[in-house]
Amino acid sequence: MSTVIKTENLTYTYGLGTPFEKTAVKDVNIEIEEGELCGIIGHTGSGKSTLIQHLNGLIKPTSGHIYIDGLDIWDKAVKIRDIRFKVGLVFQYPEYQIFEDTVFKDIAFGPKNMGFSEDEVKRRVEESAEIVGLKPETLLRSPFELSGGQKRRVAIAGVMAMEPKILILDEPVAGLDPKGREKILAQIKRYRDQKNATVLLISHSMEDVARFTTKILVMEGGGVFCYDTPPKVFGRASELTAMGLAVPQITRVMNRLKAAGIELDGDIYTVEYAAKKINEYLLKHKSES
Amino acid sequence: MLKDITIGQFFPGESILHRLDARFKIIITAIFIAMLFSADSVIGLVPGILFTALCYALSKIPFRLMLKSLKPIIPIILFTSVLNIFFLDGVVLFRLGFIKITYDGIEFTIIMMIRIATLIAGTSLLTYTTSPISLTDAVESLLSPFKKLKFPVHELSMMMSIALRFIPTLIEETDKIMSAQKARGADMESGGLLHRAKALVPILIPLFVSAFSRAMELALAMECRCYQGGEGRTRLKELHSRGSDYLAICVSLLFLNAAILTDLLL
Repeated sequence: MSTVIKTENLTYTYGLGTPFEKTAVKDVNIEIEEGELCGIIGHTGSGKSTLIQHLNGLIKPTSGHIYIDGLDIWDKAVKIRDIRFKVGLVFQYPEYQIFEDTVFKDIAFGPKNMGFSEDEVKRRVEESAEIVGLKPETLLRSPFELSGGQKRRVAIAGVMAMEPKILILDEPVAGLDPKGREKILAQIKRYRDQKNATVLLISHSMEDVARFTTKILVMEGGGVFCYDTPPKVFGRASELTAMGLAVPQITRVMNRLKAAGIELDGDIYTVEYAAKKINEYLLKHKSES
Repeated sequence: MLKDITIGQFFPGESILHRLDARFKIIITAIFIAMLFSADSVIGLVPGILFTALCYALSKIPFRLMLKSLKPIIPIILFTSVLNIFFLDGVVLFRLGFIKITYDGIEFTIIMMIRIATLIAGTSLLTYTTSPISLTDAVESLLSPFKKLKFPVHELSMMMSIALRFIPTLIEETDKIMSAQKARGADMESGGLLHRAKALVPILIPLFVSAFSRAMELALAMECRCYQGGEGRTRLKELHSRGSDYLAICVSLLFLNAAILTDLLL
């Protein structure tokens, strides 16, 4: 596996030179490998959204460097638009960016900007609509008459249709019902598997992060607190709690059980794994008694 | 970026200018405008410039901010200057075919450039140092005599305060939509005029959609709190005039006199 995203001492200050000056990202050094499904967690205002906007060149860092596929994206020889096609970014509440009169046209906006032929645009629109679970007949409807969850899907498909190598989503499931959340997360995972893409997603739900990601980036106060696999990150439960972040509910339950003297080994952060461990524990004790 | 637009923004502070009664600040702004427009020569503009400098010094607003507020109006200044320089009659200085540049044209253009720049810099101070709420309260108070003529003063000032309140929100929203469309490869920085106008569609439509839904939500929220206009409404912050407010008016009138006199005498 090779590194696709790398930042070097990345720092960004908002409103430089005004009374509202604020450093949102401070000295961030991360390396993200190809194919990773990385969750980004952190407090409101910890710099998550600012960080991801750097990764496709929407914000120019105050200092430091960003490398995508080994290329410094602010190098003079690099066209920033090419970086934006390589790194797809889905903003928070992306349904607010919808503007065309049919779903098809709206999803086609990105690929059209990339200059593809009609046929290629059509293929991409249909494929990405399929990934996010939009029916073919929906493509001809007006996006403004769809439900909130459907609109969200249209907006996500709009970025997926550009087939970015790296897909970044800022709270893709915020404000959706549990079933909708589940579906969209599964679709994002499907995109990654189908296209061999790298995915970064910001989330406030520890449960979602625990279940769907391969790596977790924890941000605090504009800097990186840690970047590791879910078991390692959630193994630091007390530090996360001290930071004001939660650990998955099931981890909390398991930690309580451990504290009560029940021997369960390893860091448990998904319900499935917890069930397995408890079963093992019960079986062991049954045979003993 | 759009966030750099500072016109209409409020910078909280504790300076003398911040503490002046908002009503007096509006009157002083009117006097200031009179100061600039009574002048017909470069020298006549000097009192106005000095007055602006004095106010900036008193307000403790950084000088850099003033330069920044002037940046967005540079195209307007340039455009009007070009028109003026070529189309004013007078003593001809230079001629090339049907294009001619006159001495009067140049003088008038210089006066106008200074006037617009000072005007923007000076009037920006009003919003820099006055919170939107006290500003609209002041407008309502100043217009209150018109209530007798059945003029909807309260409604007008309410509309104004809502409009002011939503400027930063809409700027932020525009910024967000622009970023989102840029992330989808929208190209807003190159191409001809028609291309650029077309590139605005993906920004304007979502902006209007959200502005309308925001307005609906706000109206609903106001109705839920039984808002029904100005009748019998009390205020959290009452406006009070003090000696320093009258002094400020006197000082600005002095500057106005100076402007008129220098223009007449010099």
